[in-house]
Amino acid sequence: MIPELGHFSLVLALVLALVQAVVPMVGASRNRFALMAVGRPAAQGQFFFILVSYVCLTWAFIQSDFSVQLAASNSHSATPLMYKITGVWGNHEGSLLLWAMSLSLWTVAVTVFSSHLPEAFVARVLGVLGWVSVGFLSFLLVTSNPFDRILPGAGEGRDLNPLLQDPGMIIHPPLLYMGYVGFSVAFAFAIAALLSGRMDAAWARWSRPWTTVAWVFLTAGIAVGSGWAYYELGWGGWWFWDPVENASFMPWLLGTALMHSLAVTEKRGAFRSWTVLLAISAFSLSLLGTFIVRSGVITSVHAFATDPKRGLFILALLVIVIGVSLLLYAWRAPRLGGGGSFSFVSRETALLGNNVLLSVASASVLLGTTYPLFLDALGMGKISVGPPYFEAVFIPLMTPVVVLMMFGPFLRWKDDDLVAAVRKVAPTFIASAVIGLGTAYAVDHVTWRTVLGLALAAWVVLASVQLLAVRITDRAGAGLGARLRSITASWWGMWLAHLGVGVFIIGVTLVGSLNTNLDVKMRDGQRAELAGYSFTFRGVQDADGPNYDAARATIDVRRGELAIATLTPEKRLYRAQGMPMTEASIDIGPFRDVYVSLGEEIEDGTWIVSIYYKPFISWIWLGCTLMALGGVFAVADRRYRRLAVRETTLSTQQRTA
Amino acid sequence: MKAKFLVPLLLFFGLAGFLAFGLTLNPREVPSPLIDKPAPNFKLARIDDPASTFALEEMRGQVWLLNVWASWCVACRQEHPLLVRMARQKLVPVVGLNYKEVRGDGALNVRGMALEAETALAVERARGWLSDHGDPYVLSVLDVDGRVGIDFGVYGVPETFLIDAEGRIRYKHIGPITPDSLQQVIMPKVEELRRAG
Amino acid sequence: MKARSKRLMLVGGGVALLVAAVALVLSAFQQNLVFFHTPSEVAEGKAPTGKTFRVGGMVEDGSIKREADGLTVSFVITDTAKVIPVSYRGTLPDLFKEGKGAVVQGKLEADGTFRASEVLAKHDENYMPPEAAHAVEQASKAAATVSQ
Repeated sequence: MIPELGHFSLVLALVLALVQAVVPMVGASRNRFALMAVGRPAAQGQFFFILVSYVCLTWAFIQSDFSVQLAASNSHSATPLMYKITGVWGNHEGSLLLWAMSLSLWTVAVTVFSSHLPEAFVARVLGVLGWVSVGFLSFLLVTSNPFDRILPGAGEGRDLNPLLQDPGMIIHPPLLYMGYVGFSVAFAFAIAALLSGRMDAAWARWSRPWTTVAWVFLTAGIAVGSGWAYYELGWGGWWFWDPVENASFMPWLLGTALMHSLAVTEKRGAFRSWTVLLAISAFSLSLLGTFIVRSGVITSVHAFATDPKRGLFILALLVIVIGVSLLLYAWRAPRLGGGGSFSFVSRETALLGNNVLLSVASASVLLGTTYPLFLDALGMGKISVGPPYFEAVFIPLMTPVVVLMMFGPFLRWKDDDLVAAVRKVAPTFIASAVIGLGTAYAVDHVTWRTVLGLALAAWVVLASVQLLAVRITDRAGAGLGARLRSITASWWGMWLAHLGVGVFIIGVTLVGSLNTNLDVKMRDGQRAELAGYSFTFRGVQDADGPNYDAARATIDVRRGELAIATLTPEKRLYRAQGMPMTEASIDIGPFRDVYVSLGEEIEDGTWIVSIYYKPFISWIWLGCTLMALGGVFAVADRRYRRLAVRETTLSTQQRTA
Repeated sequence: MKAKFLVPLLLFFGLAGFLAFGLTLNPREVPSPLIDKPAPNFKLARIDDPASTFALEEMRGQVWLLNVWASWCVACRQEHPLLVRMARQKLVPVVGLNYKEVRGDGALNVRGMALEAETALAVERARGWLSDHGDPYVLSVLDVDGRVGIDFGVYGVPETFLIDAEGRIRYKHIGPITPDSLQQVIMPKVEELRRAG
Repeated sequence: MKARSKRLMLVGGGVALLVAAVALVLSAFQQNLVFFHTPSEVAEGKAPTGKTFRVGGMVEDGSIKREADGLTVSFVITDTAKVIPVSYRGTLPDLFKEGKGAVVQGKLEADGTFRASEVLAKHDENYMPPEAAHAVEQASKAAATVSQ
């Protein structure tokens, strides 16, 4: 009964989505407030019904109701409760439902936090979001109903893919989806602006926090996903340039560009059509990411079951949403007009440069991801584009981005003196180059990549310090405390996020150039050495879990006389799917990780053990955390609240007038 | 001036075109090097009578299908009713190749099992399955260790091979046969081969 | 006049940047594309020597052998028509098994052995416990009754 309730709720949600898509739009074009006012309750009702539907599906998983096909194929009575719950989105139908729920949650957020916006504008935004929701809900109901029954029910389920039975998977997809889908709000704002022809500083100011929050989610989601790959895939890699990873990385790159472009549009009114195009593209790439992951058009190690019929449906959806948006853009964007002018040496130019570079980077990822498909389509052979391509493209593209990123904040808006600005940062720049060379020499690893990476990281860190110093000394009067307090939250956000990039580069560079590993055959009592650590094998015991059998090795890690850790890597066999899994064991430290995974047993009591020494790898995620935190600071800025209050009174006045 | 705003749209349509084409490619399709080549010969024990064998040559002169199946294969159950219906209508003779009946089943542990015991278990399981679901096959043979399957390039179960009167493989169908693929692809090819022969 | 030259500089800079990026992407493609070949193509000499490429097929039953050091593995990849011997040092993926699909990336040695630097195994989606299989079967039967 409960699955039927869930199904029915989903149908009701679709009906409300249609209402939300049509009525407020009509209201906005005819200027009828009564019709516009339908948008908010429709959106909230839609969220309620999707939530009910989602809870029903989760219920089927928790109750091990294996008459629901989805639960039967993705859960098992012995699966731990946590993974029964996360199993809901560990599959095509459930993850789409999560997608739809994120969209609806964002829409509800718009209805709640939009009281200060003009009614007609909100109505259009809700209308656009409604149309996207109609597309996805009908996709769910037509091709991927999560509530399909099998009668009579299965006695036992197939269990969730063991790769997904991991704490990282609990939060990775929801974060990622909140990020992906969050760009829909910026998209809807952009379309609403094109429809109404209103495109000014206020519009950019409204869009900014939404974009930033989505970006924070996406940053966190990608970081968690890469952390998951690091310890779950069992060989210590943290980024693979896999199509599914690229699918989330492309919107991130464009989202980053969009955030910065919005800043210019807000402060200076410039880049209008460019900002709109970025908003459309960022969301388009999110949709494209969904298409790539869900259609199986590009095979990837991540891809589970795929179905060309679904692919066709998403492609149609993609063509309609993106095609109509870009058509609208081509028609309306020329009327948006330019903004404030700026000279060649100005903060605008620095931001524009990075915007273009980030877009090009995003396009190069798109090209690398889809190129195998192009060649195959043209009958030119089957190929794969691996990490070497992406690295070869990314390093030269990102180097100027990082340099400009720290140079831009030193420049004034509109116009600045190049000589003076360069003179200001030249010592920092030179010092960074020296530090890069010196450190690379000190760690005995002088390759151009190491030098470049370290120099860039030093540049980011030093310039950040200098930027803070300039900011503090620029303010006259009062004590240091008062001057620090006078700095806005959004400035701290920018500062932290940029610093995070530096920390990230340190991690990537050092782990890339200094990591070492060893594959070794080990028996009870045997010892291996790596990077100054000794590893003693203490045998293997059975360590069966609720839904798997496992062999767990015990390995003592020492450094000289000092006991560092006891690591317990496992080799698991998940019973329901008969699928083996390697569970690595890691001693995490601030300056290095020691990573051990268990291979096969080659003869009785002798195992293959892989040992990895990964210096500074946690700095990668520390850097991502700082970036995300920067976004949080930017959104927490007081001016959004102040402005919100002011605009509310303004729009009420307009309405009463 | 306005034209430049159309550029993103055009770029997108180009991309969409390729994606649409990509959907028509089957990512599971492995180019089979065996098409139009003589089918690998085999001589395997029959399920109905494990003491006697069946060899590929025995079908010479007929256009027929070799259907790879196993009782543990879920997708096989999906196509099975169609095979039964085909047998009832006598569309085309189908020989079953039971593939790794025991060792292919992830739920069973066959480590250290003797080949005789495995064969006996395979016969029992396969017979049980055919009596439960109906036997659409002219006959079925046992490929206990999957060696013949490898010769045929079996990548997964089910797969179906169309073999002509001279014993050449003319077509390979991956995955369960559907009414559509039967009517639109397989049967026209069968008719064509029959006319040619 | 000044505004115009400024605009020209911006546009010129943008175009130069795009050209540089395109050149970069093309050269990266040139050097880093990994082609995929079947064992038959390798046997026909269509695969390059001294260049990294991928070979896909099935791991032949009974072909996996470990050398004395326990870490170097040799096996045979087949597309059923032709075979190619592969040698690999390192840990194998969890799903790597005889009789299952695998893709190896590496270089072809002069003696015809493929020295793999990377081994990718294919996920298998076919396994289902008998109960679930039974359920699916019941469902398709039910569907058949309805459609008749």
